[in-house]
Amino acid sequence: MTKERNGAGRLVLAAIAAAAITLLVALLLTNIFERQQEARNPFYRVVALTDTTVDPAVWGKNFPLQYDDYRRTVDQVRTRYGGSEALPRTPTDADPRTVVSQSRLEEDPRLREFWAGYAFAEDFREERGHAFSLTDQMFTGRQAAAAQPGTCLHCHASMYVAYKRAGNGDLIRGFETLNPLPYAEALERIGARHPIACIDCHNPETMELQITRPGFIEGIRALRASQGQPDFNVNTSATRQEMRTYVCAQCHVEYYFQGPEKRLTYPWAKGLTADSILAYYEENGHKDWTHAISGAPVLKAQHPEFELFSQGIHARSGVACADCHMPYKRVGATKISDHHVRSPLLNINNACQTCHHATEEELLSRVHTIQDRTFELRNIALDAVLDLTRAIGREKADSASTRVRAAQNYQRKAQFLTDFIEAENSMGFHADQEAARILALAINYARLGQAALRGEPVTPPAPARTAPPQVVTPNSGSRR
Amino acid sequence: MTRKRLLIAVAALIGVMIGLGGFTFVYARGFSYLTNNPEACANCHIMDEHYAAWRKSSHHTVAVCNDCHAPHDFVGKYWTKARNGFWHSFYFTTGTFPDPLRITPGNREITEQACRYCHAAITEMIDHTSNAHDADERLRCVRCHRHVGHWVR
Repeated sequence: MTKERNGAGRLVLAAIAAAAITLLVALLLTNIFERQQEARNPFYRVVALTDTTVDPAVWGKNFPLQYDDYRRTVDQVRTRYGGSEALPRTPTDADPRTVVSQSRLEEDPRLREFWAGYAFAEDFREERGHAFSLTDQMFTGRQAAAAQPGTCLHCHASMYVAYKRAGNGDLIRGFETLNPLPYAEALERIGARHPIACIDCHNPETMELQITRPGFIEGIRALRASQGQPDFNVNTSATRQEMRTYVCAQCHVEYYFQGPEKRLTYPWAKGLTADSILAYYEENGHKDWTHAISGAPVLKAQHPEFELFSQGIHARSGVACADCHMPYKRVGATKISDHHVRSPLLNINNACQTCHHATEEELLSRVHTIQDRTFELRNIALDAVLDLTRAIGREKADSASTRVRAAQNYQRKAQFLTDFIEAENSMGFHADQEAARILALAINYARLGQAALRGEPVTPPAPARTAPPQVVTPNSGSRR
Repeated sequence: MTRKRLLIAVAALIGVMIGLGGFTFVYARGFSYLTNNPEACANCHIMDEHYAAWRKSSHHTVAVCNDCHAPHDFVGKYWTKARNGFWHSFYFTTGTFPDPLRITPGNREITEQACRYCHAAITEMIDHTSNAHDADERLRCVRCHRHVGHWVR
């Protein structure tokens, strides 16, 4: 009896085991089937996209994987020197945001003095992801501190369709129409309000990368002309790998508003380095504001990521922005570029280890070494500029004197170069030695400014040093 | 009587299991994994780039995947294929693996021995470090010759 029951029990166990294995095999089978289907059809065309489709949700119907990642740019994650932290906020009528990022002015109060007299001294927070580019601009305290023009929307909203409409089909004319309007009025004119959207970088028919920002179209043309390549048309002449940087460089650059038309201009006609940009401003005499402490005619540098990156080893090796900030990733059997644009430090495996065969900890620590060193230099430069600023401030009453004027001019240079690295969003990583060189120049200008203020003779800054003269040996001969 | 019915039920279940398993094996081109054909390694899409890179590499005329990624004796070869086959299927199905892929230390050692198997005449003259205690201190062919098999990037 017991023997029979034991036998029956074993049979039931065998049945359960067979059922479980069958279940697992069926799961595996469906998984393999799914992957094979995914590999067969990279995407399904569900809706027709046209040159006027702004809403990313519509594009998302054809490209749900990319759209899912794109929507993740709402994430707020800190890195050591960047990223944003989600801070709760009590909404008001004027500013309905319930979450903002941390204030950079509270993190480093020296910045209030650094930008004294300019709207940045009123409100400056760590940048959040693309999803917030428009909201954070609409409600920043800088809007209340100073009247802002429609030009600002160039990079903070999806503007391609809006410009085309405002210009009756002409992108540049639309740009010229919206620039001089007051910000609120321009915002009314653009219609559907979206932050950075698909159409800003992609051709809706072919999905190829395209440049839609007039500021970059004109800026890169001026830069190429200075390099002996006149009439450069970025949309027809740039390579695909260049475009994978240029679509980002449409906005992540230094700029100013030219003239009463408030035309957005990228100051690249003399080159992309911080000192050639400064030379450009010295030539045209542009100033962003008069410094409240020293009375110096100063400049605000704005997130020059493209310019600094272009001086670094990654750019030199042919790496594009998208290689690290939008690395390829696998979803099932398909491979897509990650549209969750973010710091590579939050995604070291995909972003760095494709090329660098070291552990994640090692790679992170290499980046931190560069950033810690740049941060130390940036702090020294900031103190140097502020010391000069305060010293000029104490003598400002004598502002007509050549001593004060010379010192103010040195402050302008030192301030711009320091701000160039401060405003750049990689804490030196995009081009570490270049960042150190710029900060060294800034510290030197601060030193010269102090000496000029005291009326002491100074060593004028040396012209950019090139390689030491070549030793001519009998074997190598002279190449000239 | 009940016992007999139970037996039939269990037998039927086992039959279903074998049938479905067999179908899955054929559907997933299971037999191809027993061959030496490099295309089999790219059955699963994860190896697409490696396969494409291998076809353009310097070694594609002299070595297929198994020549470098499996030992050169019969038992070692099939044991390695079975072990890697199981874990690759497991991780690729569950999706829990780092990407870009990293080779495991054991598989790297197999590749190292494969280099030395064919190029013994040269490597024996070069390598004076093969007695080093620390594995990291040993000379490794692919530390410099990383491009010869499949240079994905």
